[in-house]
Amino acid sequence: MSAILSANAELIITIVKIVLLLFIVLTVDAYLTWFERKLVAHIQSRWGPHRVGPHGLLQPLADGLKFLFKEDPTPAGVDKFVYFLAPLLALALALTSIAIIPFGPEPLRLFGREIYLGIAPPDLNIGILALFAITALGVYGVALAGWSSNNKYSLLGGLRSSAQMISYELALTMSVVGVLLMAGSFNLTKIIEAQGRHPEWGFLGWNIWPQILGFLCFFIAAIAETNRAPFDLPEAESELVAGFHTEYASFKFAMFFIAEYTSMTTISCLCSILFFGGWLSPFPASWTWTHYLPSVVLIPFGLWVIWDGIRYETIFGRVILPVVGTAITALGAAFVLYPGVNEFVQGPFWLLSKIFVFLFIYVWMRGTLPRFRYDQLMAFGWKLLLPISIVNVIVTSFVILAKMQWGGK
Amino acid sequence: MVPTNYYIILSAILFGIGVFAFVFKRNIITIFMSIELMLNAVNLAFVAFSQAWGKLDGQVFVLFVIVVAAAEAAVGLGIIILIARNRQTLNVERVDLMKL
Amino acid sequence: MTASLVVFFALAGLAVIGAVSLILQKHPIHSALSLIVVMVALAGLYLLLGAEFVAAVQIIVYGGAIMVLFVFVIMLLNAGVEEQTSISKLAGPPGLLLVVALAGFVTATIVRTTAGVQGSSQTGAMASTSGISNMLFRDFVYPFELTSFLILVAVMGATVLAQREKP
Repeated sequence: MSAILSANAELIITIVKIVLLLFIVLTVDAYLTWFERKLVAHIQSRWGPHRVGPHGLLQPLADGLKFLFKEDPTPAGVDKFVYFLAPLLALALALTSIAIIPFGPEPLRLFGREIYLGIAPPDLNIGILALFAITALGVYGVALAGWSSNNKYSLLGGLRSSAQMISYELALTMSVVGVLLMAGSFNLTKIIEAQGRHPEWGFLGWNIWPQILGFLCFFIAAIAETNRAPFDLPEAESELVAGFHTEYASFKFAMFFIAEYTSMTTISCLCSILFFGGWLSPFPASWTWTHYLPSVVLIPFGLWVIWDGIRYETIFGRVILPVVGTAITALGAAFVLYPGVNEFVQGPFWLLSKIFVFLFIYVWMRGTLPRFRYDQLMAFGWKLLLPISIVNVIVTSFVILAKMQWGGK
Repeated sequence: MVPTNYYIILSAILFGIGVFAFVFKRNIITIFMSIELMLNAVNLAFVAFSQAWGKLDGQVFVLFVIVVAAAEAAVGLGIIILIARNRQTLNVERVDLMKL
Repeated sequence: MTASLVVFFALAGLAVIGAVSLILQKHPIHSALSLIVVMVALAGLYLLLGAEFVAAVQIIVYGGAIMVLFVFVIMLLNAGVEEQTSISKLAGPPGLLLVVALAGFVTATIVRTTAGVQGSSQTGAMASTSGISNMLFRDFVYPFELTSFLILVAVMGATVLAQREKP
């Protein structure tokens, strides 16, 4: 038994990692919907979900149950095979792309093995190219769903989506080239390490400063790639009912939903890794007191949850919120008490905080900006984003060339 | 290690299927797709030989082929849209008049 | 039967099935989907051959751009099921025969002339990417510039072609 275990240890570890990541990603997606509804509601001076569970925290669960138990009709005249394939494709590709993201610098040393955070091996040479390859295929989920539904609104949504994806993918890819030139590698780990070349510079060493144009292009194009507002023309409800997923109900609709939120998460990961130093701390490496920041954030937050919980209206909230708050506080306290654990969580802590900031911006933009008109969308992509990203590549390469020529290296 | 010949044989098979699809299919878009299939088959041969000789020329050629295929797809699909607009059909057998 | 052979046969089978399905499917979208399967399988084969960069480009450009363009045009023109007249059906059997002959001839020739060729040592993957860029920008720099010119011409041509005539 143990012989089999040790012989296939790599395989077993990978499978466990996949299952764990799936679980985490799906949970994050579920609570992202809660976060989005809550935040958009507050932007629009509403309360948002707050009936199911304290602060509506059980709303994702209720939504999930609803998706599972709803009737799932298949409209007449659909192309059966493609109709069923499309949501599967969208979900599978979205979930695959997140496997390439590395989540921390230090391997977890468990059972005498080094377990890296993230599924793909950290020395994956074509990291970012593989990610782009997978996201590039993601358009088929939307386009085919629109085509196979036998509905003119869906078809229009699919058409719009494929045109939009082709147009913005150019800008998306070109805007990353500057970062790749500076790092000299496609490997995501190496790209992060290149930004930490000067540990004393802290956040000044990140790619965002030399690549600010690239970042703006990347983020805008990425929002368009994930079909999010203000680029959500494929599902514009005021024009196309619900766009490409008009004819989808129940769990097939949920699959599109999860795919969308997963790609949001992936893009947020990419933004933090490519431009914001990934798991690097924004502070100079010599400021060791910043290593207690995770606890400084977690403990007050946990205490606030407890304080909020004991005054909550419902009995259920008065029980569950203090428990959650105690858990968060205990986690923060554990980081202080065990320095080894604290060192280990530094990387993931910063990466997750950055991802959270980008998810916040995603929702913020949805709550703020009106939708583009279709011709505006095309003009914006082709006439503004693409030229800017090309200029960014040219300027970056000239600067790198000048540094090589006169920089004395 | 997979013998290089296996790749070449697969490439030949795919190329043959592409040629057959080219002569057999009647939808102009599908015919165009079979050209892409043939190009892909040739690319596989290029990469296989590149690996066999340990040189990268083959891979560089594949990149050129992909670029040409992309340009070809853009122009070709433009022509197809024009044909469909002018003749209301995509069947090549109905596109047999030189002048409308 | 080593692991790489198993992977090869799986991917090769997938590619051939996709290619055959390209012929058998009646609707252009299904044919396009079959072709995408072929392309992804070929990308897997490129990975097996150690050509990581080409594999990624294959999926990004072929799978993510060219085939999306095909699907887009099929959807735009609302292409229906393919119609075959009796004459075009007649082209099947002799075409099949000729194609088998062609593939057989090509295979036989190649196998005969390359019997001595055997896979050499794998080049490192990143070395291959930087090696490709070195070749592209040193040895093949003029063809490379020409392709950029080709793309420019193609873009202009496509724009002119697809433009609606002014009334």
